[in-house]
Amino acid sequence: MAARRTVRLEYARSRGHCGESGVDVARVVVDVMLKPEILDPEGRAIQGALTRLGLDGVSDVRQGKRFEIALEGEIGEERADTLNRLAAELLANPVIEDYQLRVEEDQ
Amino acid sequence: MTASVGVITFPGSLDDSDSQRALEAAGVTAVSLWHGSDSLAGVDAVLVPGGFSYGDYLRCGAIARFAPLMAEVVAAANRGMPVIGICNGFQILCESHLLPGALTRNESLHYVCRDQWLRIDNSRTAWTSDYRAGQEILIPVKHGEGRYVADESTLNELESDGRVVVRYLGENPNGSFRDIAGICNEAGNVVGLMPHPEHAIDPLTGAPSIDGQGFFTSVLTALVGSGNMR
Repeated sequence: MAARRTVRLEYARSRGHCGESGVDVARVVVDVMLKPEILDPEGRAIQGALTRLGLDGVSDVRQGKRFEIALEGEIGEERADTLNRLAAELLANPVIEDYQLRVEEDQ
Repeated sequence: MTASVGVITFPGSLDDSDSQRALEAAGVTAVSLWHGSDSLAGVDAVLVPGGFSYGDYLRCGAIARFAPLMAEVVAAANRGMPVIGICNGFQILCESHLLPGALTRNESLHYVCRDQWLRIDNSRTAWTSDYRAGQEILIPVKHGEGRYVADESTLNELESDGRVVVRYLGENPNGSFRDIAGICNEAGNVVGLMPHPEHAIDPLTGAPSIDGQGFFTSVLTALVGSGNMR
């Protein structure tokens, strides 16, 4: 299995694996989490279930979202900017959520 | 001459026809608007109805916000056109940044559907002028993600500017900060609320009251009074 390494998006230049189309494909991962100060009632319910199912010492559970975007070709500065903008405008709502972008590449 | 209010239908809207009916009952001409259009069809005000636009995918209202018609709604609202968002419509207006804050999962994790007492805290908006400040009304709530949240400074600003329009009385159905059920923008032309006034306008439908009528007669008063009709 290919090892994964994480590259900060602003420095990312796609050297990803070849997709079926023969074009280089990079996988951009966007992680979205509710801000720490926003109550996460779903996380709280999951915490209760983990404890009930035998896991001791669970002090907190936060539930988030992960987006995986397959991008063909070089990411480049322009597309990196677009990705950053759309992460804030569409994928996350910065009023209540924090987000992080990174590129995962197969080595 | 009468005032016209456009009611937007998105994929997944539910309360568009009830909202049109409530407007017509108040003497307003209701105009059906399609989310994919880029024209407000000359209406004098806009109602963004409840439902589950785009299946609530991603976040409630997050995708509807980018519908072509919403760009027109945002521009018109910023020019002073009366706009109201009810339930999912409120979520869409927050995602559009016409209103501050966000609506998150109910604290109880339960979908809440019941008749709810509310207090009108601001009767100066385009949508609440036919109520008295402090008036208590009974209308239905029905939502799973209606917990209003905003940071402390936004909440304080809303309070000090009198922009909390309606507040939950009795048991808070969703854990909203400061019992907030609805708010308005600075100018008072844009209002969003989670409860459903359009479901409380006709005693024949088994609604708990006809207390919701005031939202729809208010906008008629606002439009006729301002001469802002086309």
